[in-house]
Amino acid sequence: MTEEQRLLKESIDRFAADNARDPGAHSAPGAAQDGAALWSGFAELGLLALPFSEEDGGIGGGPVETMIVMEAIGRGLITAPYLSTVVLGGGFLRLGGTEAQRQEFIPQIADGSLKLAFAQLERQSRYDLHDVSTTARRDGSDYVLDGRKGVVLGGDEAGLLVVTARTAGSRRDEGGITLFLVDGDTPGVTRRGMPAQDGSRVAEIALDGVRVPAERVLGEVDGGLRLASHVVDVALAALCADSLGAMEELQRLTVDYLKTRQQFGVAIGSFQALQHRAADMLVAVEQARSMAMYAAMMAEEADPRERRPAIAAAKAQVNRSGRQVGQEAVQLHGGIAMTWEYKAGHYFKRLTSNDVLFGDTDHHLRAVMEAGGLVEEI
Amino acid sequence: MELRFTPEEIAFRDDLRRFFREKIPAGIRQKVAEGRHLGKDDIVTSQRILNEAGLATPNWPVAWGGKDWSAVQRYIYTEELQRAAVPLPLQFNVFMVGPVIAAFGSEEQKRRFLPATANLDIWWCQGFSEPGAGSDLASLKTRAEKKDGKYIVSGQKAWTTLGQHADWIFCLVRTDREAKKQKGISFLLIDMKSPGITVRPVITIDGAHEVNEVFFDEVEVPAENLVGEENKGWDYAKFLLANERTGIARIGLSKQRLARAKRLARETEAGGRTLWEDTDFRRRVAEIEVGLKALEITQMRVVANQRHRHADKPDPASSILKIRGSELQQATTELLLEVAGPYSLPAPDHEQPEGWNEPAVSPEWADAAAPLYFNYRKVSIYGGSNEIQRNIIAKAFLGL
Ligand SMILES: Cc1cc2nc3c(=O)[nH]c(=O)nc-3n(C[C@H](O)[C@H](O)[C@H](O)COP(=O)(O)OP(=O)(O)OC[C@H]3O[C@@H](n4cnc5c(N)ncnc54)[C@H](O)[C@@H]3O)c2cc1C
Repeated sequence: MTEEQRLLKESIDRFAADNARDPGAHSAPGAAQDGAALWSGFAELGLLALPFSEEDGGIGGGPVETMIVMEAIGRGLITAPYLSTVVLGGGFLRLGGTEAQRQEFIPQIADGSLKLAFAQLERQSRYDLHDVSTTARRDGSDYVLDGRKGVVLGGDEAGLLVVTARTAGSRRDEGGITLFLVDGDTPGVTRRGMPAQDGSRVAEIALDGVRVPAERVLGEVDGGLRLASHVVDVALAALCADSLGAMEELQRLTVDYLKTRQQFGVAIGSFQALQHRAADMLVAVEQARSMAMYAAMMAEEADPRERRPAIAAAKAQVNRSGRQVGQEAVQLHGGIAMTWEYKAGHYFKRLTSNDVLFGDTDHHLRAVMEAGGLVEEI
Repeated sequence: MELRFTPEEIAFRDDLRRFFREKIPAGIRQKVAEGRHLGKDDIVTSQRILNEAGLATPNWPVAWGGKDWSAVQRYIYTEELQRAAVPLPLQFNVFMVGPVIAAFGSEEQKRRFLPATANLDIWWCQGFSEPGAGSDLASLKTRAEKKDGKYIVSGQKAWTTLGQHADWIFCLVRTDREAKKQKGISFLLIDMKSPGITVRPVITIDGAHEVNEVFFDEVEVPAENLVGEENKGWDYAKFLLANERTGIARIGLSKQRLARAKRLARETEAGGRTLWEDTDFRRRVAEIEVGLKALEITQMRVVANQRHRHADKPDPASSILKIRGSELQQATTELLLEVAGPYSLPAPDHEQPEGWNEPAVSPEWADAAAPLYFNYRKVSIYGGSNEIQRNIIAKAFLGL
């Protein structure tokens, strides 16, 4: 870590700790954090400008900086739409936006006035980015979009949506997909926000005859998949860091609890059966850390043949570790971790949600497999 | 041991199957099938239908509404009940306090409580655990002091499942503070309407109100509500917990969930085909099915041998059933979560915005998958945690 990264880490760690979410402190499940105050805090620290180049009005941070931020967000159980706005939305603009698009939107992201969301998932698409049935038909200088998107992270409060739509080919073709920047208040966009399992918000979005000017095409017409895949990989690296942060905190909570909870007249941490399992949790956390670091290193690699298997491998490992650490933390705590009032269960839920975001373990193992694996034959 | 059913047993099974399907309201069974929480009315309605047909308490003594069934018949009954997604008769009534009262209660208590317990006219909850007494149950502190023909009860119980619906609570209380841990405990029946009782809801991580804390502040309990002898409560509790643990395997329930996961996988698109065509997925299903078959046969062996068992000889059977049964239940909830995949992310939400009439992108059942997975982490914690079960096997059975 460079000196600058160390300073960033110190300030974001402090910020995240001050703003750590404690769902149990709210009287009713579902009560939200004060999102507005938190978001301006992010803006003041420069975190919303972090990954953008200085020419675009950003700070010029790379994936390691994003990892530092996301790890702190995970550790603090924070549900602000950083992933959807800065990592995904910002990633699209950074890696695929025209100069005009970057100049229009990045300053608004950086000062906290604009949130973005990536509207991609459809009823049948599951984990396949290229499975797109939403259509975009050219009409004069506009495109007209029709379709249904679901489980859009941060989708209910985003001012700008990045939408995948089909401009050519059939539903599962890799070609023929185009990305659009769609203003949230364009006529024909309707959305339904809903709570997510991890306390964040998601939305279903209906697009009915939504007119989008051609200059709001992001990247190449018909060639959007390559960009989408890269940005999703950047997001996967960030998610790995988020899960890592959640695992670290869950591990710490569990070990603290093992040291303090007394049964049979002793601390339950004195039982060797539990000691070994806590030790295995640490092994899992450290494997996740290594792979989250690997993902950060590989996230900006432009060649998908290098990047894809690396990111997929990282997500597969982090999912594995997250499943183990989440389940074991609950088990080793006993009943208390089953309660809303206590924090551990919420970290377990966060890890469970992260597990299915942009691909579960099987999906990513398959990607590793299809890329020919990670170890060369001799 | 005979693992294949005789023609009579098959007829018995088919009768039950028909009864459950035709008599228990489909709406209630649907909720069970989807793993959603049931309302009090659902549970009461279902149990009364069963009880009217003599099917709520087959495990009780015949004199009190039990059945003189063979081990295989009992097995078939449990299996079919769960397969048909019938709400299980309230465990606290049927598997816990009912058998204890039938075995150790006075004639007066049996007459007063058993019929009402079978019919769920009385809803019972279990007041064993306390904040400081979980796995180490015998360290419980809630105390009952005898004064003028009454017990005065003060203390706190934790984790009382569905206590918010309960009319009565059966409690372990300390009646002798001088005696060794297990020796000073008694088994007391307490009316939840007694002055001095407060119930505080505890919300679980799936957002449900399933458990409670129950506080006792100098609650007066008539001495005739003591079950059996004073300071013998631990023996009755052990009897009760052994019953609880065999019931806890829930193989039929796991089969029902697995069968449902298979059907949903056939209806779920994944990678341009159905999830069911994905051999990685099917292999995981097969692994769980093998586990269920092994446990099913284990359960049948246990049931078949129960008659020859010596009560005081350590038996690892109930611990084996508890450990594997809970692991497999959890595995089926993970399987359902896997089928729901990214569509599991939205939480159940009942506030439809006005004018929103879009068909949902996530299938209707998917929002129950994650809460069910979260909720079922409990099954390896309660009823004697799986670590405690391993201690029992290691110490009592293996002599380590
Ligand atoms: C959803 C739910 C419903 C419940 N319903 C009821 C109810 O209706 N009535 C009721 O009375 N109780 C109920 N319980 C309580 C349940 O029985 C206890 O949670 C259980 O006994 C474990 O106790 P604990 O939670 O205090 O965990 P602890 O006993 O504190 O255990 C914490 C961890 O330490 C482990 N551990 C403890 N001792 C040992 C040891 N000697 N060796 C190795 N590991 C050990 C445990 O396995 C666990 O992993 C319920 C619990 C839950 C979660």
